[in-house]
Amino acid sequence: MDKIINYLHSLRHGRSVVIGVPYLWFIMLALIPLMIVLKISLSEMQSTSVSNMIDWTQGWPTIKLNFANYLFLASDSLYIQTYISSIQYAFITTIICLTIGYPFAYFMARSPKHLQPMLLMLIMLPFWTSFLLRIYAWKTLLVSNGVINNVLMSLHIIDAPLAMMNNSFSLIIGMVYSYLPFMILPLFANLSKLDLRYLEAAADLGTSPFKAFWLITVPLSKAGIIAGSMLVFIPALGEYVIPELLGGPDTLMIGRVLWDEFFSNNDWPIASAVAVVMILLILLPMAIYNKSQAQLTEIKT
Amino acid sequence: MSHAMNKAFARGWMIAVYAFLYLPIVTLVIYSFNDSRLVTVWSHASFRWYHALMKDTDLVSAVVLSLKIAFLSALMSVLFGTFTAFALNRYKHFRGRTLLSSMASAPLVMPDVIVGLSLLLMLVSLQHWLGFPERGLFTILLGHALLGTAYATVVVTSRLKEMDTRLDEAAMDLGCKPFQVFQLVTLPLLAPALVSAFLLTFTLSFDDVVLSSFLSGPGYNTLPMVIFSRARLGLNPTINAVATMTITVVTIAVIASSFYQSHAERKRKREIALAYSESNK
Repeated sequence: MDKIINYLHSLRHGRSVVIGVPYLWFIMLALIPLMIVLKISLSEMQSTSVSNMIDWTQGWPTIKLNFANYLFLASDSLYIQTYISSIQYAFITTIICLTIGYPFAYFMARSPKHLQPMLLMLIMLPFWTSFLLRIYAWKTLLVSNGVINNVLMSLHIIDAPLAMMNNSFSLIIGMVYSYLPFMILPLFANLSKLDLRYLEAAADLGTSPFKAFWLITVPLSKAGIIAGSMLVFIPALGEYVIPELLGGPDTLMIGRVLWDEFFSNNDWPIASAVAVVMILLILLPMAIYNKSQAQLTEIKT
Repeated sequence: MSHAMNKAFARGWMIAVYAFLYLPIVTLVIYSFNDSRLVTVWSHASFRWYHALMKDTDLVSAVVLSLKIAFLSALMSVLFGTFTAFALNRYKHFRGRTLLSSMASAPLVMPDVIVGLSLLLMLVSLQHWLGFPERGLFTILLGHALLGTAYATVVVTSRLKEMDTRLDEAAMDLGCKPFQVFQLVTLPLLAPALVSAFLLTFTLSFDDVVLSSFLSGPGYNTLPMVIFSRARLGLNPTINAVATMTITVVTIAVIASSFYQSHAERKRKREIALAYSESNK
């Protein structure tokens, strides 16, 4: 053991090891795979190896780029519709999460200090139980002979089962349910740091609590709102499991289309092109998120 | 609105949100004890589906595979995540730091389907050239370890930022070599974060269905893959029994670890206070 430690001591290049190891790891498993996706999206169906992309006919290597897959995506209205409807579902999910999550985080930040760790843990606890099983549970609740319909019918509130499953309703319920904690946590972190003296000063100057909320609390929690919204919007956009289990045949989501192109149609180039466009769609909300985080650290320092 | 009404409204809102969050979980648990084959029609309480579960060899072997993968991938995630967090936080200026930090956060923001697709295409190319790796346990493990490393980096980073680097400097002033500083000062202070990172990445791996589906080969079905394929077909009472068992284990583990963490935190603070009071004597 001592020998090993001595050997490690003798490593003068500790710094390059510490930087080099994660570098290699992520280049192998994150960067190169994405490059391969990009490459395959620019190739034809039959030829998926690198050698076919390099053209030697002119005596020197030239790279053949083939945009046929992207042109196909642009020409087929199904893909465009799917991208638009994914954005719509992700947007609706974000708005609903914000509407439910903001008041919740606000009340949580105002609740007694000694209760807050427990309230927070109760929000985190469902996180630790399987996401898949929780989504499956909604199926049990929402199907036409499911728990909710059975209860409502036995109470004679409704006569016929409500159609709550395999449509936009069940999809959005599932997405709001899964991503609500992602909205609540950054909002709570932000709102619990709010300096209450601002609100006192506003009250002293005769501002109503309602007006003070909109003029002081909301603008000061802008960073939390942006962070929470992006943490919901980004994963919701590419979601596969929820639309597959809770959505219906007409609830189009891009993650599902990618999956089907890959597993059912075996069309790797189209699946890769779908993935590249998806990444481009995510970059914009990512940039907004990064900018708000950067501003946040600027304020702190 | 009066003050009391405000308070009642706040309380009602919070209770409603908690009810929304726990309703599906509670339903799963209750209906796992339902004797009826029709999942949603209550007949009477029994352990019928728990018995069925024990005899379900597909499910049992899937649990074993998932546990193996989760354990190994969590170890790898913590190891590589710690390296990444150190590289990004202890060395502020090196060439390609931005690239490393973007690569380390890419798996967090990228949809699972894209991470799965890109890793599979990479592994297929690798297999094409080198003849390995065969798709199976190892390839699933790589996928989970990649995702886990990204999460472990975040957990370890948040701890590294809180840590007082003056302690490292003090140890070096007292003659510690860099590795000794790591072993005697940094590692003990980092331990709680490493435990949280392990637990988090273990659960992530144990829960993943998308990456596994892309990266698995014939004969390698993880627990979420089996659950997913059954859930796609419809409701299945054995899933409720599996759910109840995992929920029980997870709840106990989370509560135990939060107790352990708050205990360790208190102990650490006590020791710091003691050290200060002794040094002031």
